Parts: sequence; C-alpha cells; structure tokens
Amino acid sequence: MELDLTDEQRMLGDAVKSLLDKRYDANARLALLESSGPEHWSRELWKQYAELGLLGLTFDEQYGGAGMGVGELAVVMEAFGRALILEPFIATVVLGGQLIAAAGTPEQKSTLLPAVAEGSTLLAFGYTEPASRWSLTDITTTATPSGDGWTISGEKIAVLGGDVADQLLVTATTPDGAVGLFLVAGADVVRDTYQLQDGLGAADVLLSDSPAVAVGSPADALAHIESVLDVATAVLCSEAVGAMDRMLWLTVDYLKTRVQFGQPISVFQALQFRSADMYVSLEQARSMALVARLSLADDDVAERRRAVQAAKIQIDTSSRHIGLEAIQLHGGIGMTMEYPVGHYVKRTTVIAKTFADTDTLVEIVGAGGGLITAG
Amino acid sequence: MDIALSKEERAFAERMRTFFTTEIPAEIRDRLARGGHATREDFLTSQQIMNKHGLAVPHWPTQWGGQDWTPVQRHLYAEEMLLAFVPPPLAFNTQMVGPVIATFGSEAIKERFLPKTASLDIWWCQGFSEPNAGSDLASLKTTAVRDGDEYIVNGQKTWTTLAQWANWIFCLVRTDPEAKKQRGISFLLIDMDTPGITVRPIQLIDGGHEVNEVFFDNVRVPADQLVGEENAGWDYAKFLLGNERTGVVAVGQTKARILRIKRLAAETVVNGRSLLEDPLFRAKLTRLEVEVTAIEMSVLRVLDAEGRNGPGKPDPVSSVLKLKGSELQQQATELLVDLLGPAALAYREDGEVPDGFSALPEGSVDALPTFFNWRKASIYSGSNEVQRTIIAKAILKF
Repeated sequence: MELDLTDEQRMLGDAVKSLLDKRYDANARLALLESSGPEHWSRELWKQYAELGLLGLTFDEQYGGAGMGVGELAVVMEAFGRALILEPFIATVVLGGQLIAAAGTPEQKSTLLPAVAEGSTLLAFGYTEPASRWSLTDITTTATPSGDGWTISGEKIAVLGGDVADQLLVTATTPDGAVGLFLVAGADVVRDTYQLQDGLGAADVLLSDSPAVAVGSPADALAHIESVLDVATAVLCSEAVGAMDRMLWLTVDYLKTRVQFGQPISVFQALQFRSADMYVSLEQARSMALVARLSLADDDVAERRRAVQAAKIQIDTSSRHIGLEAIQLHGGIGMTMEYPVGHYVKRTTVIAKTFADTDTLVEIVGAGGGLITAG
Repeated sequence: MDIALSKEERAFAERMRTFFTTEIPAEIRDRLARGGHATREDFLTSQQIMNKHGLAVPHWPTQWGGQDWTPVQRHLYAEEMLLAFVPPPLAFNTQMVGPVIATFGSEAIKERFLPKTASLDIWWCQGFSEPNAGSDLASLKTTAVRDGDEYIVNGQKTWTTLAQWANWIFCLVRTDPEAKKQRGISFLLIDMDTPGITVRPIQLIDGGHEVNEVFFDNVRVPADQLVGEENAGWDYAKFLLGNERTGVVAVGQTKARILRIKRLAAETVVNGRSLLEDPLFRAKLTRLEVEVTAIEMSVLRVLDAEGRNGPGKPDPVSSVLKLKGSELQQQATELLVDLLGPAALAYREDGEVPDGFSALPEGSVDALPTFFNWRKASIYSGSNEVQRTIIAKAILKF
C-alpha cells in the first residue's frame, strides 16, 4: 500500500505553493477580482504556470506536455484550491486540453496541445444547457454535416472559461443521434460573459450555424468526455480539499486571536467542538479525494466512476459543513469581501454545483448498487 | 478498498477470508449474520480455532503467538473476520490485558497468563471505570493496600462488560493515596473467584445483560499478580487504550451491517417496489456508504503512516476515527430500524411465533435493541466529547 505522495509530487506541490505564496495573497487576489478590465485573472501568472509546466502537465511530451499523471494534477489542484486562483486552468487544461488529448485526432493534438501548454491558447468546454442541468445527453444543441466539417446550433450556459476561450469545445447531437464533441472558434459564437459567484470567468454561448470541426469521431466522443469528467471531478475534489483546509485553519487561527469578554474566544468549548467537527469533515473529504485519485488507475470504468462520484458526494457534504461553520465561527468579519474566508465558501459552493450536485450523484451511485457490495 | 491495496495485500485478505469462512463453523456465522447474539460458547469455539491456527493474537510478540504482520495486514485480518460474522477474539484478552502483560509483565507473569489469555482458557474482564471515574478515569478510588504478600482490595468497578462470563479481572487500583492522581495507580490481576467479590448485573435499555457492577470487599490478592511496577499502572492503561485506536472503528462490522441492510431492503417490497429502490431510503443508505468508504480510507491512511514511521505515540487522527466511526456504526443500526418499520417495534426474546402467525421478518428481534445498545459506541472508549477535546487540543492546538 502506498498512499503518501511521491518525492516528485511533493516537489511539484512545493514549487506551485511557493509561486502562489509569493504572488497570490488575499490582497493580490482581491485586486484581480475587482479590477476594472474585462478579465479578472492574471495573464502574467498564466505565463509562469506555463514555465512551470503546469499548462501541459498531463499531455504527452511529444505535444509539449510534461507527461505526468493525474496524481500530479491533483497535487497542483490542491495548491490552487489553497490559493483560490482565478486563472482559467480547469477550463483550458483540465477540461479543454484533456478532451483534445483523449478524443482529438493526431493533427488536432499536435496543433492545439503545444499551444495550450505554452499558454498561447485558451480553451473551454460547454456542455450544460438551459434545460439540461448536468446531463451530457439530454441536450438540444445539434450538429449538422456541412462540407468537410459541421455546423452547430444551440445554447450552452455556465461555460467555465467561456468568456476568454479562443476555441470552444461543445457537445451537440448529430443526425444519427450521437452526442459528439466539436471545436468552434471563439469568433464564431455569441457570448454573454460574466463572473461566476466565486469570481471565475464564464459565459453563456449562442451557436447559430457556427462552423465547427469534430474532435475525433462523434461516435466515440461521449466515452471520452465521461472519462475526462471523471478526471476533472477527481481533481476538483483535490482543489476543494485545499480550500477546506484553508477554511478550517483560517477559522482556528481567528478564534485564537479574537478577544471578547477579555479572553480569546478559542477558550470556549462550544467553538472548540465545532472546530473539531470541521476537522473530522475535512479528514473525511481528504480520504475521499484520495479514493478518487487512486480509483482513476482502475481499469474498470464503472468502478472508477462510482468512486469518483462518491468522492464528490463527500467533498460537497464536507465543504458545505466546513464553509458555513467557517463563516459562523468568524462572525461578522466572515461575511465581508475584505476577509478571505467567504471567498473560499463561494468557491466550494460553486464546486458543489459543478459537473453534478450531491443529490444527482447520490441517486446515480445508489441506483448503481452503491459502494459496499458483497464479494 | 481494493484500489489502495497492493496485490500481495489483496491476496492476504483473500487468504483470511478463506480461513474465516471455512474454519469457523457456518452455524455460528449464519446465526450472527441474521442478527443473533454470540454466546459464551461461540466466543470460545471461535477463538480456540483461531488460536490453533496462530490467528488469535497476531499483534502480540511472535514469541507469545503473534504474527510478524504489517499494520495493514492486521487491519485486513480484522476486517475479513468482521465481514464473515466471526465472533472476534475477546478484546479484553487480546487487545487489552494481553499486550500489557507482554510489554510490562515479568517473565513469570507472562508464562502464567499469556498462553491462557490467547486460548481464552482465562476470560478477562476490565475493571477500569467506577461510578465516579468515567471520562475522568484517573479519579478512580478503588484501593489496594499492601499487607505482606497480598494486596487488600476495596471499592467498586462498573460498566464491567461480560463480567458474568469472566473468570479474571484486570483492575486499575489506587496503591498510593498520597500521590498525585495519575501517579498512585497500579495494574492488578484478580481471580473472580476470590472471596469478597460480588457481581451485580446492570440491565441496559436494550433489555440485555452486557455490563455489570463489581464490588470488592476486603479481597485479598496475591502480590505477584501485580503487573509491572507499583504505581506505574496509569502508563500501562494509557498504552492499553492507545491500542484501541484504529480497531475501535470496526469498519468491517459497519460494512457487514450495511450488506445485511441491502439484502433485506431488496426483499422488502411494498406497493410493488423494494425498499432498495425507494429514493429516500436509498439516498440515506448511499450517503452512509460514502462516509463509511471515507473512514475506511482514513483508517488505511493512519495504518500507512504507522507502517512508514513505525509504531509511535497514538496518532491524534485516531480520535477522528473513533468519533466518526462510532457515529457511522450508530447510523447503520438506525437504518435497519427504518427498514423494518412496524415489525421492529415488538420487544421479543426470540423469533418464535405461535402456530398460525406469520414468520417474523429477519431483524425484528434485534433491530431496535441493537439501535439502543449501540448508543454505547459514542460513550465508551473515550466518549466522543473526549475525542473532540483531543482533536481541539492536540491537532487544532486550542
């Protein structure tokens, strides 16, 4: 049994953490969030991520990547979760890049992946629609063959990184009923851009006979998308663990310094016990993030997916508990934009509704027979 | 949790499963799987078979019958045992007094007690808690006064589990009333047949007889039944309680309960739909399965760290395991009650019904008593409030 990080993973985590410690304190982040420009993240940091090899972390070396595994990606995401970064990493690297790497033709990979890895191309993945919730298949966007390519019509919502993506990957149903994956240029769609509640950029996207190319074969796309979403969900759990860890310790440290009634409020048992319960929730989450990460090596797709879904149930349950307690135990200061803890709560709240929510996952895992089975 | 295990570890678990399901009588395991209680005879049969195969006390020193296993192997052994509904070796013998004697006892005391402790020829009970020494165990008042080659013991122990089946008791007694409270305590072994000992049963809310009060009235105990040094008993007790750390979670038992609930839920059909297809019941079950999977990984993380760093001081994370693990055990007992509905309500000694009445559904006899009985899990072995205090002090540094 080997549950600890490898030396290489530890070094990678330290390198990312050291960069973020220098560049991403709460004030720097707040300045980005409230900047007057259209983008609330740092293109300059994006270059540094590229230099560290983070933007091509899991891509093959022949495509300019670092050839690392999901374990390394999880380590990076946990560090990102602690710093609460605003850059479109999930959209471009975790989703867009990995979709191209999984489903793309060799030509698409050699065109797009090096550009992603060096930081010159931003991607996004649009699959949720006004009436689809998180279903990948209950969609109305259509793909129609047109010459050598396709045209796409439909509407995608809450497309993470969709505000800045140079190219968008979108799902659409082909005439023979397959849910395919298509690449559309940013210039060929209409976007309503906004920040999500957690400050990340996103967009709703209208496609009206937008010219597109299929990413790989539409018939195979769905399986690739599901696999990439498994990976994305697993590393999102790691990000959430990073955020939860920060929320707990911000709270604990605050209780030790906040003086009322002539003493630090950390002496009150009611607050100590609630903090202890937050720690228990954090450990449960940390364990399930590990389950998710380890399960990605499982060849059995159903087993792997079940483990990842279960992990997200725990992560969302724990982060809701920890986040809401973190605000309550801080008191008024926890409600302010100026203080970091609320920002973590906003991020984990968005995570809880990203890719699927708890109720949806509980239903899927339960209907599939659950986790604990005989034999 | 196969994904976390190496091929060798998986093979080991398989070997254990085969042992437990072939060597321990099916009659016992099947009865326990349906919610029956293990009798004294069941415990004896089970432990003696395990002992014959060198599997009753794997965590003891090899010289006294232990196996040179990794922490993970020891965990898998316990898990497979619980999953197979095998009555486990008596914890008072194998987890508690045995390791204390093996670690701190003289050669003479080891030879006298360890073999019979492993084979269950001696059935031990634990004399720690007193009416006024619960979570604050060190405030215990039972005294042992030296008189020549004997100690004279006076006082009262309580919550003594299965004292009615025990023939020996290991006690914490106060040997130095002047010393600061932890310092004046000794660890004494006492034959339950010694004159002056009275056992009084305590009936619990589940209707069962599991714990007792034990009274000591001028009980004369040979001084060579003192373990280790006089007045060092508190250290031995802390060592003993530290051994409970990951085992007390009993994830295997919770998993076994969940498997039983799933089996019964699939057979419970109302209005053409089984309870396993009922969205609300299934959601509760699924959420419990997720939490149990999480704590199973938490146990493995603690064992993994122990395997890498060697056995050290108790990891305060084990407080998380006790706290959460006991809550999950309790939730599992509650789900069985939910499942049975009205059939859970009657208080019955057994599952017999008069001629002409329908057979009782499985679980009717044990569901609510088990639910009531398992309130104990968040109270014993360091109450969950004590565990929260440990987390607050040792981890969060309040």
